[in-house]
Amino acid sequence: MRPFTVLTGIAAPLPLANVDTDQIIPARFLKTIARTGLGKHLFANFRYKEDGTENPDFVLNQQPYRQAEILIAFENFGCGSSREHAPWALLDFGIRCVIAPDFADIFHNNSFKNGILPVKLPREICAQLMEDAKLGANARITVDLERQVVVRPNGEEIPFEVDPFRRHCLLNGLDDIGQTLQHASAIDSYEAKQRATQPWLFAS
Amino acid sequence: MADARPRTLFDKIWAHHVVETLPDGTALLYIDRHLVHEVTSPQAFEGLRAAGRRVRRPDATIAVVDHNIATDDSRRTGITDPESRLQVETLERNVAEFGVPYIPLLDDRQGIVHVIGPELGLSLPGMTIVCGDSHTSTHGALGALAFGIGTSEVEHVLATQTLLQKPAKNMRVRVEGTLALGCTAKDIVLAIIGKIGTAGGTGHVIEYAGEAIRALDMAGRMTVCNMSIEAGARAGMVAPDETTFAYVKGRPHAPKGEAWERAVAFWRSLPSDPGAHFDKEVVLDAAAIAPMVSWGTSPEDVLPITGVVPDPAEAPNETRRAQLQRMLDYMGLTPGQKLTELKVDVVFIGSCTNSRIEDIRAAAAIAKGRKVAEGVRAMVVPGSGLVKKQAEAEGLDRVLKEAGFEWREAGCSMCLGMNPDKLRPGQRCASTSNRNFEGRQGPGGRTHLLSPAMAAAAAIAGRLTDVREWQPA
Ligand code: SF4
Repeated sequence: MRPFTVLTGIAAPLPLANVDTDQIIPARFLKTIARTGLGKHLFANFRYKEDGTENPDFVLNQQPYRQAEILIAFENFGCGSSREHAPWALLDFGIRCVIAPDFADIFHNNSFKNGILPVKLPREICAQLMEDAKLGANARITVDLERQVVVRPNGEEIPFEVDPFRRHCLLNGLDDIGQTLQHASAIDSYEAKQRATQPWLFAS
Repeated sequence: MADARPRTLFDKIWAHHVVETLPDGTALLYIDRHLVHEVTSPQAFEGLRAAGRRVRRPDATIAVVDHNIATDDSRRTGITDPESRLQVETLERNVAEFGVPYIPLLDDRQGIVHVIGPELGLSLPGMTIVCGDSHTSTHGALGALAFGIGTSEVEHVLATQTLLQKPAKNMRVRVEGTLALGCTAKDIVLAIIGKIGTAGGTGHVIEYAGEAIRALDMAGRMTVCNMSIEAGARAGMVAPDETTFAYVKGRPHAPKGEAWERAVAFWRSLPSDPGAHFDKEVVLDAAAIAPMVSWGTSPEDVLPITGVVPDPAEAPNETRRAQLQRMLDYMGLTPGQKLTELKVDVVFIGSCTNSRIEDIRAAAAIAKGRKVAEGVRAMVVPGSGLVKKQAEAEGLDRVLKEAGFEWREAGCSMCLGMNPDKLRPGQRCASTSNRNFEGRQGPGGRTHLLSPAMAAAAAIAGRLTDVREWQPA
């Protein structure tokens, strides 16, 4: 997993509440063999018209938001199913941070697992950031996980809370596997012991 | 220091596999066997590739295709559905790249992942066994801790040979006494789920015990453990005993020679100690179990075949009434209708619940010298290529074909609507599989779960029927 330390980038405004996982990635795109490559299906029902062509009114089809790395939204972002395809699609598009007043539980967990930082900030602040984001390329927002602040384009710093363990994992780019691999020597010695006492487990 | 507290089979296997306990109580649990199939593995391999990781123990891993593939001759000419073909080809590319042992589609050993594990001696007593599939509970019949995992966890096991897990609670289901003639392991497990409900085992690992469980052969124990998941449990298990050892001995991957003696000595230490604590216990009388059949769209909605369709008007509350009504509408049933009046369009004998040689023998015994009813499509799908060969060596294929059954190639087939074997909307199916959810066997399909002998009898009668009236001709 790519570490998340300081991110400065374009923020896309998505002034909606209850953005659900079916909106983030519709169910018809789940019969796939990949977890990358889903970026083209991100918000498919918003992004494309029925004939498959782009809907120019949708924010992610506009410049500079095609390069957005941050998404600003309102309450209950990521509600719906547990599909890990939702963070996979965001990440594949290039979004590494979502800022909203709150998040649905499973999406919140799945985001951390996949290297996306969900930042919870009060609605008024999200509304301000939404206005900042609308300024487009002139309004780069910084998300500093090390210092736990969001920096507005005018330099104002807004502190945010994050679970210390999750923060540690993101800062160091440790996914669950990365975490477990820190115990590699314990796994090695467990295997050595088992190989000696229950060799049939290793005969294949 | 040895722990003097009496422990359950689950406690012991768990303790043997804890590599480390993390500060919040989560265990890093070592996994001895990892079974991989085409549907839930592609993103896991892709994750490894993206992170530059390898498979830690290819020798503990085995891959096979089962869910997506056709069970007719078309498997020899190539898979026609492009998405299915891509999933199979992707698995083949992944196993080659990561050095994972693989059983190809046209190999005799190919079959449903939960049939081939025990059959090849890959699943052994005392092991931790996982697969990206909920019916991994099947392997618990050997006295192993076996459970299904999600795709992220598949990747985790591939990379680390471990999982981060919190311990489950212990539950024991004791089935005492002796089964009546015509009743089988499938009837036991349907009766258990009917009694405890689909959430009855939630948060628990179920150990099946008691005289009637001990009396089951390994195929029967696998049938029971298979459906633990339908009872809400994470896993099901049966303590290893002489029946288990006799089954395992001589299988291709089972320990041999001195290793065998050591293994058996160790396996004998696994059964629950007298006085071990179970958080929950349920007891059933085997003699009271009749041939069972599901009538609704949840595996807990089962009745003895002598029963009648329930009346929503008699439901205890409004929620249940609405639920019953919805099920009756979906299933095309009317309250008070006798189950034995229900005509079937399709009979499916197969799936990881009931596709072993014993199941096929049971079906053939009923089919012998009889004919499938006019207008009924009846299919028998062996759980593996080896089961198929064995059945053919015993002449069971001939018996079944002469009776009018289709004799197919191994795979998941009509257990789930993911390959060409599907029900059409409104078709009623007597099925030996494990899930009767809406649309499980194809959109609009109506599933009645039952045993292989009951299914074979239904094929001949053209309707659900009491197998006790159909002793071998
Ligand atoms: S036979 Fe059915 S339940 Fe068993 S693994 Fe295949 S699809 Fe799943």
